[in-house]
Amino acid sequence: MTTAEREALETIWSEKPGLGTWIGTIDHKRLSVRYIYTGLFFFVAGGIEALLIRTQLAHANLHVLAPEAYNQIFTMHGVTMMFLFATPVLSGFGFYIVPLMIGARDVAFPRLNAFGYYSFLAAGVFLYSAFIVGRAPDNGWFNYTPIADRAFSTGVNVDFYTLGLLLSGISMTVGAINFIVTIFKLRAPGMSVNRIPIFVWGELAMSLSIVFALPALTVANVMLTLQRKWGFHFFDPAHGGDALLWQHLFWIFGHPEVYIVVLPALGIASAIIPTNVRRPMIGYTYIVLAELATALLGFGVWVHHMFATGLPEISMSYISLVSFLIAIPSGVQVFAWLATIVAGKPVLRTSFLFVLGFIVIFVIGGFSGVMFASIPFDQATTDSYFVVAHFHYVLVGGAVFPIFGAIYHWVPKMTGRLLNERAGKWSFWLMFGGFNLAFFPQHISGLMGQPRRTYTYQPGLGWDLWNLLSTIGAFVLALGVLVTFVNWYWSRYRGPTAGSDPWHGETLEWATTSPPPHYNFETIPQIRSKEPVWDQPDLRNGAQAPDAGGRPLDAGHLQLSTTMLDASPEAALELPHESPWPFVLTLAVTAFFYGILLGAAPVAVVGAVATFAATAGWLWPRGESPGT
Amino acid sequence: MSGPARACRLVLITAAACLLGACTPQTPSVLDARGPAERRVTGLWWLMLWIAAAVFAVVIVMIVWGIVRGRSRSEEDARRPAPWGEPFVVVAGVGVSAIILVGLFLLSLRAMQVLAAPGRHDALAVHVVGHDWWWEVRYPNGAVTANEIHVPSGERVRLVLDAADVIHSFWVPQLAPKRDLIPGRTNELWIEADEPGRYRGQCAEYCGLQHAHMAFWVIAQPPSEFGAWLGDQVRPAGAPPSGLAARGRDVFLTNTCVGCHTIRGTDATGKLGPDLTHLASRDTIAAATLPNTPDVLAEWVSDPQDAKPGVSMPPTQLSSSDLQALVAYLRSLR
Repeated sequence: MTTAEREALETIWSEKPGLGTWIGTIDHKRLSVRYIYTGLFFFVAGGIEALLIRTQLAHANLHVLAPEAYNQIFTMHGVTMMFLFATPVLSGFGFYIVPLMIGARDVAFPRLNAFGYYSFLAAGVFLYSAFIVGRAPDNGWFNYTPIADRAFSTGVNVDFYTLGLLLSGISMTVGAINFIVTIFKLRAPGMSVNRIPIFVWGELAMSLSIVFALPALTVANVMLTLQRKWGFHFFDPAHGGDALLWQHLFWIFGHPEVYIVVLPALGIASAIIPTNVRRPMIGYTYIVLAELATALLGFGVWVHHMFATGLPEISMSYISLVSFLIAIPSGVQVFAWLATIVAGKPVLRTSFLFVLGFIVIFVIGGFSGVMFASIPFDQATTDSYFVVAHFHYVLVGGAVFPIFGAIYHWVPKMTGRLLNERAGKWSFWLMFGGFNLAFFPQHISGLMGQPRRTYTYQPGLGWDLWNLLSTIGAFVLALGVLVTFVNWYWSRYRGPTAGSDPWHGETLEWATTSPPPHYNFETIPQIRSKEPVWDQPDLRNGAQAPDAGGRPLDAGHLQLSTTMLDASPEAALELPHESPWPFVLTLAVTAFFYGILLGAAPVAVVGAVATFAATAGWLWPRGESPGT
Repeated sequence: MSGPARACRLVLITAAACLLGACTPQTPSVLDARGPAERRVTGLWWLMLWIAAAVFAVVIVMIVWGIVRGRSRSEEDARRPAPWGEPFVVVAGVGVSAIILVGLFLLSLRAMQVLAAPGRHDALAVHVVGHDWWWEVRYPNGAVTANEIHVPSGERVRLVLDAADVIHSFWVPQLAPKRDLIPGRTNELWIEADEPGRYRGQCAEYCGLQHAHMAFWVIAQPPSEFGAWLGDQVRPAGAPPSGLAARGRDVFLTNTCVGCHTIRGTDATGKLGPDLTHLASRDTIAAATLPNTPDVLAEWVSDPQDAKPGVSMPPTQLSSSDLQALVAYLRSLR
């Protein structure tokens, strides 16, 4: 490709400088970095909350936090880590890497992508604004009725929860739809379904789960808002409602939510392993089927969160069986990774260490997960610290460790600079040791009868030592996290140049420069292999020659769409340009939610009208590009 | 040291520390089963733990093996097809796993059936009502107490569980799996203690500000002793013998106490707080949070918000002589 052609692409794809573009950008790479930075900001906030919790619990009967402060902080810790950290950061890596991995120039709906980011940011600001008035949600991330009803929670705490999660749900839903269409329709020619990278499958499985699981949470939150604000009785047994209805709706969402967090993280592991053991993944088909099976079975296990509520034995039995069987797809993935590691030549880079740490921790979390499928054991240990230990093994092991692996693996792609390996290994060992010290003892204190969600405990029950160890571990873990953040910051300025393919990876993101140009690839590549960069030397530098199959597609702001199964070329799509409407729409929706929260009808009405107006402005035909 | 080796060591150290007696005699441990229901759970736990340990060993061995073997291999070796790979994934990941998991499912189902079997028809039925943040306990003969559930040892007792405000959960780790108390629903659970003894229980479902301080004791007594206790508890409070306690009774009856508490045999018939008819027979107050001693009782009456911030009971302003008299009266309620 000539310099002139490259400049032509640059002109078409680069965004003008200035505030308007900064707000209106639709570049998936810019938006992804914002997703990741914002998500990590909330990770730090949630981490500080965790350290406050652990400080309060370091010893019996401490008074670091008053009970109402403790309840707000443990609730916001859970809400933050699930909704404002895990999903946004995993989506951020997805929105950055997926288009690169499938050889696309952007996502299918670039403006929707901007809206997804802004509504996530709005949800975060909305939820955290609750701290300013000292009324953060305080009934746990599960927010059971009737304690969340107006009779027992008189303040706006619960309203921040219901409305904040509705806002976050908007962001997750549009993000999921964007992933699904991008993965179905924008793959490079030749990337048939049997050649899609497993990480992309992971994001797809996550997105399908979101689309089907979130409506249950949305409905539940709308119903609870109606009950709290306008006197409906959905969950009120005194007026024919049912207190347990909330739990069903919440967990029909809540259990798939665990897989929404874990599936893309498992995908990260499946992306890092082949590169670092220098061979293709063993059992590709089984891993893909396992990811999809997990997403599907994840909808059939919610009642295991309710085994102690006194439901009929027969209905619990079905759920118990599915809860046992859902370990099979996870087991398949673990054994496929292990087989690949044994068959390959492991290179112990930091990213790979994080994946190994993830496997060890996730497997332990899987064991305790299987135990909860057993109804009597679940009834004995649910709502104890044993559960707290379990889901931190699954979620910190299954999401935080892969995310940190992803930082070492992919941040060089984003910044063009390598992180320091020595500091990375320090960070890993501090995090791995700190994590196990923080959470392993919670298995023991849980079995010793310590209930969860208590702001303090009595001395002399045998719980003190385990809680102290746990607190020490939490601080060591935090130190390990800090080392990576410092390392990352350092690498931005001092890190060695990464080059396009520092790890000799197999997937397409390694075929373009680091950071990639605005248009990602000079030519849309023709794919002939599941590990294209290993098997097709013609792909180097993101400029596959036209006689090798590369398509320049430089006649405009164009993206190739391909067929769903075989990825045969179908059409050239004109993608939209930057636009202020996603941002304006977010402001309008947020105003509406604040109006509802405060019971300020004029604000709500203005917000609602502005929402319709902004949607109309977004979709208004302008005769240039098709709207998205 | 590699990651897995370190993890292994950590597991061993923590396990050893537990065995070496970090547990105190008071520890309400799930694994220290003192009744037939909990023994079922303990059996399942040890089985599942050993299976988990075996699989974990396989995982660690494979990781270490891969790393060690990888050192001496070339990139070409690594890229070679591994025909054993996919069969291994299917056999270990699907075949062996399915057999183990379905086996565990069936064993769990059997245990669940035993736990779910209703108590004998003539078994003692105790009605337990969860309140923010204490436990009301009612016996069929009319006796009412709070935060202490006396049962005859060696006998199955049926608990009828229900909640007055929000969801609570009944959990005595040494005796039985837990069961929620849900407004608008009635749940049942049976417990049985092998031997006489005291077993600590605590609310296990988040129920608000003082969820941390909603404990109770199950006190198992030999059947004859239990029968005598139950006979005592059903009687109304006697008239206080001494002058100080008699004055204390007047203090009680002329203050806000009567709005919330019942003392059977007097005009105090409040329903919001615990029945105090035999308060002095209980070892603890404030839902097993504080010892039932005169000093603690006096502090509690003066300012319950200090020990349990958010509790419904308001501070009571009394002169020190009135307070002393009131405590003397409460201490006389045996």
